[in-house]
Parts: sequence; C-alpha cells; structure tokens
Amino acid sequence: MNNTILDIQDLKVEFPINIGTVRAVDGVSLKLNQGEVMGLVGESGCGKSTLGFSILRLLRPPGRIASGRILYHGRDIVSMDEKEVLKLRGRRIAMIFQDPLTSLNPLFSIGRQFVETLQTHEKGINKKQAILQAESMLESLGISKERLQEFPHQMSGGMRQRIMIGMGLILNPDLLIADEPTTSLDVIVEAQFLDLLADLCRQYNLTIILITHNLGNVAQLADRITVMYGGTLAEVGLSGDIFHTPLHPYTQGLLASIPNIKLDQPELSPMEGSPPDLVNPPTGCVFHPRCPQVMDICTRQRPPAFQKNGHQVSCWLYR
Amino acid sequence: MRHLAKYIITRTLLTIPMVLILLSIVFLVLRIMPGDPVSSMLGGHAPEKVIEQKKEELGLNEPMAVQYVSYLWQVAHLDLGESMVFKQRVTTAIADKLPATIELTACGMIITLILGVFLGAYAADRRRQVQDSMIRLYGIVIYCIPVYWLGLMLQLIFGIWLDVMPIAGRTGPRVFASTFEQTGFYLIDTLLIRDFAALKDVMIHLTLPAFTLGLTLSGIFIRLTRANMLDVLKADYIIAAEARGIRHSRIVYRHALKNAFIPILTMMGLQVALLMAGAILTETTFSWPGMGRLLLERIYLRDYPTIQGVIIVFALIVAGVSLVVDIIYAMIDPRIRY
Repeated sequence: MNNTILDIQDLKVEFPINIGTVRAVDGVSLKLNQGEVMGLVGESGCGKSTLGFSILRLLRPPGRIASGRILYHGRDIVSMDEKEVLKLRGRRIAMIFQDPLTSLNPLFSIGRQFVETLQTHEKGINKKQAILQAESMLESLGISKERLQEFPHQMSGGMRQRIMIGMGLILNPDLLIADEPTTSLDVIVEAQFLDLLADLCRQYNLTIILITHNLGNVAQLADRITVMYGGTLAEVGLSGDIFHTPLHPYTQGLLASIPNIKLDQPELSPMEGSPPDLVNPPTGCVFHPRCPQVMDICTRQRPPAFQKNGHQVSCWLYR
Repeated sequence: MRHLAKYIITRTLLTIPMVLILLSIVFLVLRIMPGDPVSSMLGGHAPEKVIEQKKEELGLNEPMAVQYVSYLWQVAHLDLGESMVFKQRVTTAIADKLPATIELTACGMIITLILGVFLGAYAADRRRQVQDSMIRLYGIVIYCIPVYWLGLMLQLIFGIWLDVMPIAGRTGPRVFASTFEQTGFYLIDTLLIRDFAALKDVMIHLTLPAFTLGLTLSGIFIRLTRANMLDVLKADYIIAAEARGIRHSRIVYRHALKNAFIPILTMMGLQVALLMAGAILTETTFSWPGMGRLLLERIYLRDYPTIQGVIIVFALIVAGVSLVVDIIYAMIDPRIRY
C-alpha cells in the first residue's frame, strides 16, 4: 500500500520500576492510512497514551522502546538520531494533550509560543511573518487575533485547546496525535472541539490518531477503531463494524457497559474484574482472567491477530 | 500594563506599614535589652547627679511614648542622632560604610545566583547522573561550612599558600582615597574616572570576600533550584513544548527555568537578611570597612545610637529588597496581580 503513513511493527515499550518491568506496550502492530482518523480506545493504563508518546519518542525515562519499528513514510523513528526526531516533532507529526489548561507555558504570551514554534522549524522566518501566520491561524479557529498578546490564564479551556491545536497545525504536519484532547472540557465544548477536529482533518488532509477512553468521541469522528487491552491490540476494524458487530469479548464488554438512551436497558452490564497487572501479565491472552468465553488454549498461548469479517481480532474464538 | 502599574503602587504602599513595624521593633528591642547606655558612656563610677544630667540631656527621662514619637520623627527626617562615643553624626558614619557593604553583598549575591541557579538547573536536567550527584554533594558541603571558616580557608589558600590574592581591605596601598570620592562604590568610582589600574586593584580585593559570601549561600540556591526545576520539568507544558520540536536546552533553560525562577526570587528576597548577617562575619574576616564592622565596633563601645542606626539601615535594605523582588516577580509572572 502506497498511502501508508505510519506502520508500527511489533512495538514493545517497557518501564523498568523497582518491582520489575512494566510492559506498557507489548507487541503492537498497526498500520495507518493517509487521511484517516484512527480511534485508539481502551481503559486507563492499557497503553494507549504510551503508544502515542512512543511515536514521537517522548517517553519519559525510565520508559523506553524495547523493540519494534515505527515507520513513518517508510523511515524508522525508533532508530533515528535525536536531531532527526526534533525535525519531525511539530513539523511533520503534531501532538495535543489531555489538559489544555496546563499544556501552555503560563509565563509566555500565546503569540510568543507561536513564534517560537514557527522559528524553531522555519529558518529565516522573522518575527513579523510568524505573528502574521499565527494571526491567520487564530482567526481560522474563531479566536480574535488580539488574543495573541494574552497569556494562557486569561483564556477558557476550550479556547486553550483550540490554541493548542492551532499551534500543532501551524507547520502543516500530516499526522496529529490527539491524546484525550477533550477529557477536561465540558460536553458542549467537547462537541464543538470534535467538530473542529473533523473540519481540520478534511482541510489539512490530516491523519489523526485520536486516543480516548470515550467511545462516543470515536464513534463521531473515527474511520477505524483500535481497541487496546493490557498493552496489546484486542481488535481493529472499521468504526461502524466495531460498534455494530464487535468480535472480541473485551470490545463486546466495553460496548455493553455504555449506557444507551435508545435501548431499554434495565441495568448496565459492567465488566467483571480489573485491568491486568502489567509487571506480571497473565499467561496466554492478557484478557483471559476476565473473559466470559475463556477456553483452555487462552490460558496457555497468546492469540495472534486473526482476520475475520474485515476485523483484525486477537482472540482464539476466531481461529 | 495598567494592572502591573497598579500592582507596583499597591505593593509600594504596603511597604510603609512594614517599615513602621520594623522601626518599632528596633526601638523596643534596644530599650528592652539589658545594659544602660548612660552608665556605659560615663563608666560605672560616675556620680548619680552626672548620670541624671546626662539622661535628661539624651531625653531618656521622657515617657516611652514621647521617646517613641520623637524617634520616629527623627528617622522620618533621615536623622539617626549622634554617636555617643565620637563627635560624629550616625548618618555620616553609615554613609561612609554603606557603599562598601552594598558592593560586597551585591557581588556575593550575583555569584550565588549564577552558581546556584545554573548548577541547580543543570543538576535537575542531569537528574540521577554523576553530574547531579556531584553538584548535590557540593551543595550540601558548602551549606554546612560556616562563612568565617570558608573565609579563613580562602585567605589561607589564595592569600598565603598561593599568594595570589590580597586578604584584607578594599584596596592596596598604592590606590589613593581621593579616587573614591564620588559614590563610595569603588567599582563605580574607578570606572567613572577611567582609572583601570585602580579598578583592577579593587576587583582583586573584592574577589575573596565576595566569593566567600557567594559560595556560602550558593548551596541553598542549588537545592532550591534543583527541586523547583524537577517539578517544572514534569509539567505538561514542558512535554508539549518538546512535542513541538523545540530544542532540549531551550526547554530546560528558557521554558523551565523561567517558571522555576519565581520561588528562587522569593528565596533571594528572604536570603538578603542572611546575606547581611554573613556580611558582618565576612567583613570581620577580611577587614572590610563596611557596615558589619561598624556595627561590631560600636557594639563593643556600647554606642547605642549608632547600633540603632545600623540596624535600621539593615532593616530598610531588607524591606527595600523584598519590595523590588515582589515587583520583579509580577513582571515575570503575569498571573500575579492585586
């Protein structure tokens, strides 16, 4: 496939800690096509944010990529030297974060942070040109250009998140990693922000990895969905397929635990058990201790990814 | 900008009650302290009549409240009275010595800041590496060393063994006092008349005392800077800046350090008091003709008006510095406003 923008191959990320090694991402392979929105869902601690951080090599020590490759347009990010990674960050791949309230430096004006970002990547651009670019970016996001002189604490959360994304997109990257971008926003602002993201995706021909634990978000926006569990991929499929015909027992459980206003549910069915211990993960399939359909083989052998009805699903049921 | 102006005015006005309280404390403490200025002035065996007469003359028989008001009135007119020992206005004695102390403490503070802040930030960036351990070790050791001992050691090493530095005074014998008539700050005076030989001499004399003071306080700043930097480096906006591809050194020394600097500034304001105390000892060690030595001499002579005057000046300096620090604070951090 020629339009593969990102090809993650058997990625393993480890955090050595006192009592052992946390395998936060344990053998993930994933391909992203240019221009698609990939929803990356899973519960807290399943490794979805770690996966996002790995792509930009932003893991905080002691976290490290233990093995695997991340091919961006065919070039391996894992083996790049620091200088090349710096050129990718912000310029080719942008990332926005959970909390817009704390993602902007409180002591620098918005304008200064835009100018700094632009001048870092575009040699020879002067301050005036940078300001002009920032102004037009702000206006396209519905923020008046006078705001450039202001400081982060003078703005609302939604505005700051729009500024974050503006700062991310001002250099025209082709991949955006959005790490739970709406978690700290209220529902209305969240909806507006997701609309904005959809617009921008079309306008800039962006590929987006939308990391979230909120299935509602991805339903609205994503073309495909990846469900992660315990550092591994449970299921990958088209958005509609995942919602209507989930195959993996974990995906099924996840969907059953969401309240649905249209169904007359007497009770929600929560998933039993708790997320796995990633220092000593269960043998075989990481989900088997919680799986309602557990079989003998699940406790012994980890399931590979099977292809079934257009889904890619890691479960022995679909062998 | 308007908000900043408002902040500066408010903060300045708030200094007035602060100074008033300081002055009252100085007044009270000197009167509560044991020891009678009159008998120490006249000697223990003076006749009762003479003592009474002297007390009357100095206004010590007045009620405390009257003394207090006239004391405030005097201070408000920048009049600190007359020395009991020498025929000399206290203000003259202080004006003579103050520049020496300010020159010493300012240079000491600059050395402390440069060393402490830079090493602290560097240690935080290299957390848990060899450099970090070395810097932390230095910080603890230097913090534990008493300032006068450090002064003596520096004198021994650089003044006696290596014999490359003078160990006493502000100038050598060949530099004439007439060179220093304009401000009393020798660095400035020599620059003003472009006497670079004298400037060099002044700087050489300043080096050891300034480093003694500066090194002593640098330990605490290293620890403070390192701790604050570690906090700031964990902040979301640091990783967000990294995600935008900004160079690591720029992130550490611009983005993070500016944020870590606010508590450091506060500390600096508070440390000025310690700096003054350190200056008294350093001045004694290095025969530095400043306020500290003046205070010490006059305490031996029980020259109460001069002691009171020196303490008032120290108190005013501390109040003034904390005012300046708070204003710089507000200029760095746009969130700080009244």
